[in-house]
Amino acid sequence: MNDMATRLMTDTSTLSLEGVTFTHRGQRLLGPLDLCLTGCKRTLVMGPNGAGKSLMMRLAHGLLAPTRGDVRWEGRAPRQAMVFQRPVLLKRSVLANLVYALAVNGTPRCRRKARAREALERFGLGSLERRPARVLSGGEQQRLALARAWLLEPEVLFLDEPTSALDPAAILAVERAVQEFHVGGTRILMSSHDLHQARRLADEVLFLNAGRLIEHTDAATFFTAPASCEARAFIRGELVL
Amino acid sequence: MPSDTSALNTALSLILGFDPALMEIVALSLRVSLAAVLMAAVVGLPLGAALALWRFPGHGALVVALNALMGLPPVVAGLCVYLLLSRAGPLGELGLLFTPTAMIVAQLVLVLPIIAALARQQVEELHLEYREQLTSLGLSRLRMIPTLLWDARLGLVTVILAGFGRASAEVGAVMIVGGNIDGVTRMMTTAIVLETSKGNLALALGLGIVLLGLVALVNAIAYVVGETARRRLG
Repeated sequence: MNDMATRLMTDTSTLSLEGVTFTHRGQRLLGPLDLCLTGCKRTLVMGPNGAGKSLMMRLAHGLLAPTRGDVRWEGRAPRQAMVFQRPVLLKRSVLANLVYALAVNGTPRCRRKARAREALERFGLGSLERRPARVLSGGEQQRLALARAWLLEPEVLFLDEPTSALDPAAILAVERAVQEFHVGGTRILMSSHDLHQARRLADEVLFLNAGRLIEHTDAATFFTAPASCEARAFIRGELVL
Repeated sequence: MPSDTSALNTALSLILGFDPALMEIVALSLRVSLAAVLMAAVVGLPLGAALALWRFPGHGALVVALNALMGLPPVVAGLCVYLLLSRAGPLGELGLLFTPTAMIVAQLVLVLPIIAALARQQVEELHLEYREQLTSLGLSRLRMIPTLLWDARLGLVTVILAGFGRASAEVGAVMIVGGNIDGVTRMMTTAIVLETSKGNLALALGLGIVLLGLVALVNAIAYVVGETARRRLG
């Protein structure tokens, strides 16, 4: 049995959301949400704009605290990273962006540059290391954000609509990267409103609408026989309001 | 009333002749203002960043106070420092009144609010953009401060220059706490006041041109450094 399979089997962190509600200025934007995520799967969070996909991911990652309810990791909280819709890169060179993440991470100084270069090669950015990160193209920036996440060796990777502003070639690169993370044993939680993308990537689907969890099923079931009428309409490409 | 040319000639002959009295005044002016700005930056930049990152009761009042202090009249700052350092004052023992150190303290009081208030604004804007990413990386707010200050560096150069402008242009504070003593605490601005009151207008104007030139030089250096960095960083 290889390493990967071992990691898949020993991965036991379970994320549970219990009665999670998020209220902003008296308006309930999400919840109450009850949810349990186990295993090393690729979970696609789907739903129309404003369904609460980003909000749910931020609550799960710990960027926001729920107004009510609990977000808990059973056992030890895993190492996590998040890739955002619009990558936030520091006003430094490509290499310096990665070295920074390693410094925050506590990697010894002498090993940072070598590790960063390794990540750049892996994500096809090797020739750009001296360029200012902010002048890269959208696709390159997102790849750099993925390289940064990769260096953090996350056990759980959150991706918030990482491809929604990219062209097909860049989308392909991101999807390949997500695949690599998955093969390496990282749990994926990714939001998207692109059905084709979800079909390509998902092991299971969380379907949200208007701040509520409508469906939580494995991908095959979701795409062939969705239980809710909202999901059926969404899959048929109708406008879900 | 001196003609423009006589003032210009005076300025030129002062500079080109490396007039020792002038050199001394220029050196002291630069030393005092740069020291005050340096100290204000060391304290004010982290202070401004902290104000941008933390919210606590009285935060708003503190921000308003800091913004208001940007308009603190130099003579008032000078008077307060004078009261502190005068023989009967709480820090009178130190014997600092009428020394360059007293002038540095007075200018520090003037420059610190400018640097802290403007730095807060710059860091707050950048923090809005970086917050989620930095939180995701696991940074505490304390550790965000150096990151945000470094990434806001281009804007902060302008902030520090504004502080330097305030320090090099003011006359009221250094006049009160320094006393404009020849060879000890005479600065460009206090010398200009003195020469003007003596009717030595050409010399006063000449000194003024030298002062302007110095400020322009410092700004030009900062501009070149800033532009180079901007081009490099996109």
